[in-house]
Amino acid sequence: MLVIRADLVEQMVAHARRDHPDEACGILAGPDDGSDRPERFVPMENAERSPTFYRFDSMEQLKVYKAMDANDEIPVVVYHSHTATEPYPSRTDISLAQEPFAHYVLVGTRDPEEHELRSYRIVDGEVTEEEVQVVENYMFSHTGASDVPDQAGVPDPTRS
Amino acid sequence: MSATVSIPTILRTHTGGEKQVKAEGKTLQEVITDLEANHPGIKDRLVTDGALHRFVNVYVNDEDVRFTGGLDAQVPDGGTVTILPAVAGGSR
Repeated sequence: MLVIRADLVEQMVAHARRDHPDEACGILAGPDDGSDRPERFVPMENAERSPTFYRFDSMEQLKVYKAMDANDEIPVVVYHSHTATEPYPSRTDISLAQEPFAHYVLVGTRDPEEHELRSYRIVDGEVTEEEVQVVENYMFSHTGASDVPDQAGVPDPTRS
Repeated sequence: MSATVSIPTILRTHTGGEKQVKAEGKTLQEVITDLEANHPGIKDRLVTDGALHRFVNVYVNDEDVRFTGGLDAQVPDGGTVTILPAVAGGSR
């Protein structure tokens, strides 16, 4: 399961909308301490500038990975958008996935009003979809439903 | 002629979990040959048919070797070689 802060989701979706119809891509870095928590939003340039392909710019990637190394961070999430198709890993996504510990998040922007957000593990060519839990902060998210603040269970009247 | 090689997560199975290892060589080709001697199997993850894999990034002293000669790129004594998996994909 991916537990992720709502503000990070908003930033990824905003990036995907901004680059639509090209694919957007980036990383959410987090501490390399086993907590599996994305903390830092790092949008990356799609060197391909393509609606059907993405690739991190190699020099930007080096800079970002060196900074993560210096901060004892890892890429907890690797995200990209699918702008016209279902947010499910394509054959290309699967064959090129090389971060076995990352959550691969796909943001779908084919609907101009409502985004889709799904998360996967991709290890040795095998895709496993996982549940995504969006939280306001990580304080209560690890101990289960009983510790979630009360308002989390109250329906939001602004949402249908 | 010794270089420090940074190994990405996905290749650390070949280095017993080490993030950085030493390797000898004046060119990237020689460094990879020396890596293979000490960490069998790693070369196949980097090179196919005499060329670097398209979806592996290799940097010598922070320069992408695609622009500095590929496997023939010079590796200075005490230099750094950084290997990163390309992060790429597509909806097709």
